[in-house]
Amino acid sequence: MTPADTSGAAARTHKGTRKGTGPRRRRVGAGGGQGVPLPLLLPALLALAFLLVPLLALLVRTPWQSMPEQLTSPVVWQALRLSLVCATAATAVSLVLGVPLAWLLARTEFPGRGLVRALVTLPLVLPPVVGGVALLMALGRNGIVGQWLDQWFGISLPFTTAGVVVAEAFVAMPFLVISVEGTLRAADRRYEEAAATLGASRFTAFRRVTLPLIAPGIAAGSVLAWARALGEFGATITFAGNFPDRTQTMPLAVYLALQSDPEAAIALSVVLLAVSIAVLAGLRDRWMTAS
Amino acid sequence: MTRPAPRTRLSRSAGAGAAVLLVLGAATACSSSADGDEAVSGSGSASGKLSGTVTVFAAASLTESFTTLGERFEKAHPGTEVTFNFGGSDSLAAGITSGAPADVFASASPKTMKIVTDAGDAAGTPATFVRNQLEIATLPGNPDSISSLKDLTDSKLKVVLCDKEVPCGAAAQTALDAAGLKLTPVSYEQDVKSALTKVRLKEADAALVYKTDVHAAGDKVEGVDFPEAAEAVNDYPIALLKDAPNAGAAEAFIAYVRSDEGQRVLADAGFLTS
Amino acid sequence: MTHTGKPGHDLTGDETGAPEPEGLDARLVVDHGTFRLDIALTAAPGEVVALLGPNGAGKSTALRALAGLAPLTAGHLSLDGTELDRLPPESRPVGVVFQDYLLFPHLTALDNVAFGPRCQGATKAQARATAAAWLDRMGLADHAGAKPRRLSGGQAQRVALARALATGPRLLLLDEPLAALDARTRLDVRAQLRRHLAAFEAVAVLVTHDPLDAMVLADRLVVVEHGRVVQEGTPQDIARHPRTDYIARLVGLNLYTGRAEGHTVRLDGGPTVTTTEDLTGQVFVAFPPGAVTLHSSRPTGSSARNLWRCEVAGMETHGDQIRVDLTGELPLAADLTTVAAAELELHPGAEVWATLKATQTHAYPV
Repeated sequence: MTPADTSGAAARTHKGTRKGTGPRRRRVGAGGGQGVPLPLLLPALLALAFLLVPLLALLVRTPWQSMPEQLTSPVVWQALRLSLVCATAATAVSLVLGVPLAWLLARTEFPGRGLVRALVTLPLVLPPVVGGVALLMALGRNGIVGQWLDQWFGISLPFTTAGVVVAEAFVAMPFLVISVEGTLRAADRRYEEAAATLGASRFTAFRRVTLPLIAPGIAAGSVLAWARALGEFGATITFAGNFPDRTQTMPLAVYLALQSDPEAAIALSVVLLAVSIAVLAGLRDRWMTAS
Repeated sequence: MTRPAPRTRLSRSAGAGAAVLLVLGAATACSSSADGDEAVSGSGSASGKLSGTVTVFAAASLTESFTTLGERFEKAHPGTEVTFNFGGSDSLAAGITSGAPADVFASASPKTMKIVTDAGDAAGTPATFVRNQLEIATLPGNPDSISSLKDLTDSKLKVVLCDKEVPCGAAAQTALDAAGLKLTPVSYEQDVKSALTKVRLKEADAALVYKTDVHAAGDKVEGVDFPEAAEAVNDYPIALLKDAPNAGAAEAFIAYVRSDEGQRVLADAGFLTS
Repeated sequence: MTHTGKPGHDLTGDETGAPEPEGLDARLVVDHGTFRLDIALTAAPGEVVALLGPNGAGKSTALRALAGLAPLTAGHLSLDGTELDRLPPESRPVGVVFQDYLLFPHLTALDNVAFGPRCQGATKAQARATAAAWLDRMGLADHAGAKPRRLSGGQAQRVALARALATGPRLLLLDEPLAALDARTRLDVRAQLRRHLAAFEAVAVLVTHDPLDAMVLADRLVVVEHGRVVQEGTPQDIARHPRTDYIARLVGLNLYTGRAEGHTVRLDGGPTVTTTEDLTGQVFVAFPPGAVTLHSSRPTGSSARNLWRCEVAGMETHGDQIRVDLTGELPLAADLTTVAAAELELHPGAEVWATLKATQTHAYPV
């Protein structure tokens, strides 16, 4: 850029070279030549180990010789396909309903908003099984809303694939709402003002300006929600039950396999892990690096 | 993975943390302190006055009846405490074989008891102290007029079974095979309580569950007996454990469970007694 | 003299009888907590009004109130006879050029400009055609497909202006339109902006803390301090008769237009000024009143090339400074200390000689 900048960089380089001969050079390299302080490095490595060692253990104990047999079993494929379909559908539901909710929380003032935000995050702390029971009481055949759905439209959600999507969305949506709300709060509201002065209604401004601006945050929230939905167990089995190719997702298959055949359960888990890693890594590269 | 922790209910808090951790397989970390505790309070002599804590690992279906038995036992033997760890028999067996300091194991199936005896963790031969059999749980008042196992095959009915991997599911399959029936449920539940819950919440019209579960649910469900249930009776074995810290009191508790009074309590809960 | 405003508008000369009130007529009252803005603001179509004042004076609040982005606590706001104060921003015929432009980063320059027409109901093709015409007018046809981050500061400013104008606003608001630019581009952009504002037929209100920007761009200045109007008038009036110390310090500037040939600028209808810049064509010449030296008799041996004979028209004291309003060969304002003024025995009607070093002038193209 400017000559001043160039000379500044040159000076830094020079200084760095000189320091290179001194004893202070011996630091943990972190790419840029800047040292990583030990009080940060040690816990960070510990955290990494804490997260990865159990997964590693799973891989170590995986009965690899029986893997081909597991992978060719139709039950596994049914469960895997169902898991991916339902997690994706639940993410879609969370997007369609959750992004507007996030907007409402981030961009409007209404009495009791703090309370509403707390309530929205409640499914995060609720044990999923309790969430499943709550869903049954609300949307079940005899639930306070479900009984009308059943009587008027003949819609019954429990024991159906739609029920799996509902259960997963219930658990996953808060992740998306929180993530998107945070992004919205951090986003520059003046772009929305600029859109308003150009004649855009609040909805147009949201659709054509805000939404593209917060796309990275939405992507991150979607990935979180998708991952949560994929691993969902408690709410799903409680609300939607467990029936192969209809409501038996991978986590359910894993749990039930664990009762009689832990080796099969481990094999299924590894399959689920592999698919999740592939998808998440793919999404990360595509979307989340932009932010 | 989202495996929920086994249902545990402990009557005393002293061993609570230890017991929960033990079930999760972290036996070594806590066993020493638990041992020390027992060593001080345990008496170990069958003839002497009983005292100390008896730790009982019992199948979840025994929750109500064993809690009652524990209270009565404590009253009959002042100075004793009966601590329960209720859970799935599989999980309990796994806890015992990894060294959990328990005195008594009461299992819901000979299969899970075999895990413990095979590992050499039982003292003596397990004895069947009670039996459980299947019953059809229907909505209160039996609105669908279900009277036999065959009635459940009506495609208009929403029936839930336990998954074949868990004991009640295996028993249901045995009974259906015996009747020569094919039944497609709306769901294979992960355990008997979940199956019953679906009926209690009126999401399902019927479920095949244990008699004791129907009994415990009170008037929320109605039980319907069926003859094929006799083909799938579940034996509940009970055994003293080899490394029991308080063997004397433990033996007395087992004897109490098998006594007339104990059997009455269990029969009241819906178990079949001999 | 110096300022090239547009011809005055005859507000009452509407031949259809009942005169339609035209232009802007507003009293803006905005309360937020400890701060209260209360200013009256009127402007005729074609007029460019600058709200000038220090930071925190309430200029931006006034602008936001005009745009509908901040609600009025009290007062009124009418534009061409229509009450705007109850209308949301999207329903007001107002265009805004924001301080850092706020071009939508995900849209190309073309789509940024097409955004407004689209919101007004134009089809995508129509909106893009309108936008392309505006970009062309701004000399940015080549950059239509560029995302904002690829544009230079000056280009971004012009895109922002095109975007605000593309909706056909009856009121154009500019918030510190030149503040985000570096000194070099600032001159060019200021000259361009001046031309575009001159061509704009409705009311333009610009907010700035820079007196030079205000004087170059506006027909009329409204000086705001602590939420109140402290003075308003033409740039010349205000430069000559500053009513507060702030204005005297900030607005003290002599500004002229003329035609340059090399280092000499012949001022419109006046004498020549020697400058350091080497220019040809229409230019501005500006210098601060403090750069002017006054002499009671024609100085001899002075190195100053710029020497004019003037008459004192008036004097105003500001602290230890005196601003002297001069007429004559070249009307100008000069600042001197009270001591110097006393030594010169200045009084209205007194004849003085004004000198100015070429190095203290500042000439730049119109």
